[in-house]
Amino acid sequence: MIIQYWINGEKISEDVAPDLVLLDLLRSKGCYSVKCGCETTNCGLCTVWIDGIPMLSCAVPALRIEGHQVTTLEGLQEEAVEFAQFMGAEGSDQCGFCNPGFVMNVLAMVRELKDPTEEEINEYLAGNLCRCTGYISHMRVLRSYLAKRQKQVKL
Amino acid sequence: MNITHYVKAESLEEAYMLNQKNTAAILGGGCWLRLGQQRVGRTIIDLEKLGLDKIEETKNEFIVGCMVSLRRLELSKELDVFTNGALRESLHHIVGTQFRNMATIGGSLFGRFGFSDVLTCFLVLDTEVELYKAGRVSLAQFVSIKPDKDILVRLIVKKTPRVVAYESLRLTATDFPVLACAVSKDTDDGVVRCAIGARPAKAKLFREGQELFADGFSAEAIKMYAACVQDSFVFGSNIRASAAYRKDMAKVLVTRALTKIMVTGGTENDNTILD
Repeated sequence: MIIQYWINGEKISEDVAPDLVLLDLLRSKGCYSVKCGCETTNCGLCTVWIDGIPMLSCAVPALRIEGHQVTTLEGLQEEAVEFAQFMGAEGSDQCGFCNPGFVMNVLAMVRELKDPTEEEINEYLAGNLCRCTGYISHMRVLRSYLAKRQKQVKL
Repeated sequence: MNITHYVKAESLEEAYMLNQKNTAAILGGGCWLRLGQQRVGRTIIDLEKLGLDKIEETKNEFIVGCMVSLRRLELSKELDVFTNGALRESLHHIVGTQFRNMATIGGSLFGRFGFSDVLTCFLVLDTEVELYKAGRVSLAQFVSIKPDKDILVRLIVKKTPRVVAYESLRLTATDFPVLACAVSKDTDDGVVRCAIGARPAKAKLFREGQELFADGFSAEAIKMYAACVQDSFVFGSNIRASAAYRKDMAKVLVTRALTKIMVTGGTENDNTILD
């Protein structure tokens, strides 16, 4: 089926197979930040935005993005670089495999939640699994990042 | 996946006709797509174009389209107030924000999944589902019907005043529940309803034991009711917990939920939107 959609602002029209998953479509377009980490639609690593809403691209049939805007980390480079510096400063990006999905969900969160509490942050990001850190360093990163964006983490 | 046809239905009639083939399936949120070929049909029918992604509120009902995401339900202030926060409590533990942005209420209910938090919660509300061919049936009745090729179009939550509480037990955050429990008390006739899900079988509604509250809502009455619920359900074992553990925990969750209701008042629904 020929569909029209946008990836990181670029308009694309093409024939898409009925069994193609969005994750694979995006990787075929060079968006290698999008990865499959769990095979069970649970880990958050494949997070992309569809019309600004974070979703798991491993379980989205590619044909479903017809007429929609898809955003990956490649399309948010400026913000991603800024956030990565906070992660680097706190040593929270140990193996780094889960980072892209995590950053995508953090950037969605800062758009959606105003002055989130620590509990709200934990809840919003609960679907992003990290097997290295134990998440404590992630919370330090978020405190300093949100403070810089003039949002506060309410305790 | 072995999907060979992907159809964006233009009408419910078209979707229904296409869905009559054994190899066809209606696509909800897609959250099962990676979990086994047997769940994915060769023909996928997408209802995206049919405008079923809205929550509407009338004087007497909430009407929830089958394509409304679990996250939209979770963020509905009106439903949150109406259910005393119980609906949100049943939703916000499910996997993660991104998953709930995709999973639909239609898919969640139609599957009659044993682990379903949301099915457990809606069972104690005055809830119906609208099926394309069979029309409106109560959710409790729908759960007992074997899944067929009809289409769940909408969920209807009637504004019958009920105080609601929801409790679940999980071994780890974001996992399926080991046990799910919802309790409601009708503020008009005082009837207490309890649903237990993740037994691990699908949730079931319990309406007995009303006589235990004949003298009001006391700690003793709650204890006896919880024991009554515990003895009335059949629990099973699976990878997450044994039947004996589930049975023990059922008493705890029912007691917690009823205590919440007692604290909330139990005599007056604080959902001001009813006025």
